[in-house]
Amino acid sequence: MKEITYKEALREAISEEMIRDENVILMGQDIGLYGGNFQVTKDLVLKFGEQRVIDAPLSEAIIAGSATGAAISGLRPVIESMFSDFVTLMMDNIVNQAAKIHYMSAGQISVPMVVRLPVGCGTGAGAQHSQSLEAWMCHVPGLKVVFPSNPHEAKGLLKAAIRDDNPVIFCEHKLLYSTAGSVPEEEYIIPIGQANVTKKGASMTIITYGYSVQKCLIASMQLKAKGIDAEIIDLRTLYPLDEKTILDSVKKTGRVLIVHEAAKTGGLGAEIAALIAEKAYAYLKAPILRVAGKDIPIPFNKTLEQACVPQIGDIKKAAERLMRR
Amino acid sequence: MSLTNEKIIKMYTKMVTARLLEEMLQEMFSEGMLHGTTHLGIGQEASGIAACMTLSEGDKITLTHRNHVGCIGIGMDVKSILAEMFGKETGVCGGFGGSMHLVDYEKGNIGANGIVGGGLGLAVGAALKIKYKNENNLVVCFMGDGATNEGLFHEALNLATIWRLPIIFYVENNGYAVSMPTQRSMNIKDIEKRAESYGMRSIILDGNNAIDVYNMTFSAVQYVREGNGPMLIESKTYRISGHSKSDIDQLYRSQEEINSWLAKCPIKRLEEYMLKNNVARSEMLKEINTQVMDELKQAVLFSQNSLEPSVEDIQKYVYAK
Repeated sequence: MKEITYKEALREAISEEMIRDENVILMGQDIGLYGGNFQVTKDLVLKFGEQRVIDAPLSEAIIAGSATGAAISGLRPVIESMFSDFVTLMMDNIVNQAAKIHYMSAGQISVPMVVRLPVGCGTGAGAQHSQSLEAWMCHVPGLKVVFPSNPHEAKGLLKAAIRDDNPVIFCEHKLLYSTAGSVPEEEYIIPIGQANVTKKGASMTIITYGYSVQKCLIASMQLKAKGIDAEIIDLRTLYPLDEKTILDSVKKTGRVLIVHEAAKTGGLGAEIAALIAEKAYAYLKAPILRVAGKDIPIPFNKTLEQACVPQIGDIKKAAERLMRR
Repeated sequence: MSLTNEKIIKMYTKMVTARLLEEMLQEMFSEGMLHGTTHLGIGQEASGIAACMTLSEGDKITLTHRNHVGCIGIGMDVKSILAEMFGKETGVCGGFGGSMHLVDYEKGNIGANGIVGGGLGLAVGAALKIKYKNENNLVVCFMGDGATNEGLFHEALNLATIWRLPIIFYVENNGYAVSMPTQRSMNIKDIEKRAESYGMRSIILDGNNAIDVYNMTFSAVQYVREGNGPMLIESKTYRISGHSKSDIDQLYRSQEEINSWLAKCPIKRLEEYMLKNNVARSEMLKEINTQVMDELKQAVLFSQNSLEPSVEDIQKYVYAK
């Protein structure tokens, strides 16, 4: 094992896949010499050249559109949206083209592309650079959506995403980029569609993903001192959901807390709660609770910014409330 | 390759096929025989077909919602087109795509699109792949005048020029985006002008003159294939048919205007050219029309006798593998 950061893990995944398959190309804004806004693609242009690490103008729509066109023609483009918020400018091409072409053509054409999105708040960048829009993406049949929570997952999932023959939305939390973690020396892949039980426990199931996983882990350590032994599921893939891992845990603990940074209404928590209600209702000892982002644009002020997404204290309080019910 | 008599006859046959197919579709829709909607290109046969006929093996096209002409032009089988419009499993997209989404990857039609301008991204990406692989092919991206008011059009032209991609943006200016005339949707007379601001070469051609369409598009194809970067072609034409099957009253245009374009019918004009230049005799033209009609009737029977796709397969193509 070796210790690398989340962004280094992403870079290693891209680099290894580019060596493995000459059809893998990168496209995005300032991803060449500049290294990408979060330095994920640093030095890759020196290694692979401008033909494969392609700096594009400020034209998100055609970046996504031409990546789709290149993908149906046999390349495997990995595109970067400088901030996930700018995916709104790519949406027609992702939703109406990339997600549907395989279906509409009865399988004549597939779209092997990855859309990398730096997601989330905590950087003081304000409402237009801080959103978590992953639930939108999960609502579009034809897309897969993944969201790694640490360097190990980042590398293994990105390699899987690049090799997948479908459009994959790859969410990366900005606050994770510089965090370090252990990664195997040898090659590995984390299959899309498999959640991970990050911590075993018997009192309740905490279902979460992305940056919130770290917060839930810290909260669970503090809860342990109070006799609450939480199991934590890191979803890793948001679509398709790993129903079995979720339901097996719920059947064991009977209590469910769902935690995510994205706005609560219409968020992934609602979908997971509905799934559990449909398929494991009889096992529940208490109503399902959600701790999620407030339904507001992300404010600039640091105190307000922190107050609008779940913090460790919020998760602990909700867990204690769940045990009392 | 110059325009041989053989090629002109083939072009004429395809134009007649498109015209008779669309007249047949119009009738079948009005009789309620077909589900959904359709967008006919009656009057635009030369513009679409002669342009497609300049292409070679491995070249690609993207089409619009008004795509039957292009599909015939690129050589798709009428059976596979009609069966798709009937929603049958023998259709080119197994009944999953429908009128606006006819795709025949093998034949080079990499996508017709229900989103106006939706083909721009696909075409630019396909051209990027050709350039990346150093292939001797190109892409022709068909669109209407309306698509040139979409943001993606401008992003696509800019990208294609800075990356010198092998692509032709083929704008079929038929005067209207549904009911909106170009005079009200843009402050220029010639869409061709839009290319200049991106540093792109462009030409205007008479889209109702098949011979001109072929010759001028062929020169453009050669220029692009030689690696000189993209081009824009503005093909001036007119849609005789309404926008879609729902466009019945056509309050936005006059009968005089329609009549003036009926006089410029591309098929009639090609017939006159063929007779005058001894490409074919009138008996031969008649025979072609009869043969095409027979083929279309066969295709309708084939479609009617084909099976519906199975409900069990409804999920089959959501994801690859």
